[in-house]
Amino acid sequence: MRSPDLLRHAWAVAAKDLLVEFRSRTGILSAAVFVVLVLMVFNFGRDPTAVSNVVLVPSILWVTFTFAAILALNRAFQLELENQALDGLLLAPIGRGSIYLGKLVANLLFVATVEVIGVPLVALFFNVEVWSHIGPLGGIIALATIGFVAIGTLFSAMTVRTRFAELLLPAVLLPFMILPLAWATLATTSVFAGRPLSEMAGWLKMLAGYDIVFVVLSLLLFPATVNE
Amino acid sequence: MLRAEGLTHSFGAVRALDDVSFSVQPGQTLAVFGPNGAGKTTLLKVLAGLIQPQRGNARVEGGRRAIGWIGHQPQLYAQLTVRENLRFWASLYDVSPPGDLLTRLGLDEHADRPVRALSRGLVQRVAIARALVHDPTVLLLDEPFTGLDRVAAEALRRLLGDVMKQGGASVLVTHNVEEGTELATDVAFMRAGRFVHFAPRAGRGPEQVAEEYRRAIA
Repeated sequence: MRSPDLLRHAWAVAAKDLLVEFRSRTGILSAAVFVVLVLMVFNFGRDPTAVSNVVLVPSILWVTFTFAAILALNRAFQLELENQALDGLLLAPIGRGSIYLGKLVANLLFVATVEVIGVPLVALFFNVEVWSHIGPLGGIIALATIGFVAIGTLFSAMTVRTRFAELLLPAVLLPFMILPLAWATLATTSVFAGRPLSEMAGWLKMLAGYDIVFVVLSLLLFPATVNE
Repeated sequence: MLRAEGLTHSFGAVRALDDVSFSVQPGQTLAVFGPNGAGKTTLLKVLAGLIQPQRGNARVEGGRRAIGWIGHQPQLYAQLTVRENLRFWASLYDVSPPGDLLTRLGLDEHADRPVRALSRGLVQRVAIARALVHDPTVLLLDEPFTGLDRVAAEALRRLLGDVMKQGGASVLVTHNVEEGTELATDVAFMRAGRFVHFAPRAGRGPEQVAEEYRRAIA
């Protein structure tokens, strides 16, 4: 399969997923409501005198994004089971990699939308300065999100045909998310504390390495997960 | 055009296919009849490359690009319109949907309605359009008449006839001996993963085939 074909078919799959989501809006609405509720609960439940926001907020931010992403990943392949559309995709003369990349792009855009909603709410609820750090913060969020959505998209395909897919996905995915989440949380803490970028370069390099390893691995393993 | 050699496949202890071999030439329609669990759908999935057989191999001239599949499920996205569905599936084959396909299936007035708003009969017609969107030469049909109204069944017969006239081939699996026999040039009976009968239809009518089928699977 030539690269232009791979990318064109991947975009067709991604555009279709986004159009379906745009029509139903169920996934994005439930994830957005979830983000608002979690941030509100954390906001009212915290004691501002006990822990400073700079220390607390990065953890809250990443816990919220993690579970919102799992909501998105759970629905990624459910859509294909409806009317057995997955068989149609597998029957089409496109590389399995196109299907994976298309799903990855759609999931990334979905999770990015949730994150775009979440970041201003964090600034609002927790009174932290976000806008002056938006460049580095955006970079950290992008690097961490690519990694766990890449592996999450693979696991979503693996678990979707099992009886307890919605329970199984977090159970297999969360252990793989520990490292990127820890690195992202540490880097975000550095950003909010106003430390120099050089201090978080190590975390960013590790996040980038994680992304490369898991995007490539997932691309290689995906065909085996969808073949019967 | 389509050749299967020694296809064998099991799901756990259940032998779904047991050393199945046959070939289908251009212009032929093989109708495979069998009771539930005989292995008919597994056979089609192996021919389509959706299941890798544990033994044997299946070869379709032209590969996946040549195959059109009509199955139990329509393989459509309920939130998308008929036109959007066809455009999506066509894009995976790097073609545009044929302009007259919707007309031939009586779907013109429904083209911009979401699939979820259509009746079961209309959804089946869209599924047929989806299967034919890339002008396939080998059709794999799994109970294609299920849920079709009279008009759609007639349209399907006509479209299948067109594909055969253009040198295509098809394999049709069904319980319905009458409808299957009408379309078939060759007939096979399947039981417990094996072909227990495989022969040209040779002028046999649906009643005769049905009688032979009853005796063969008894």
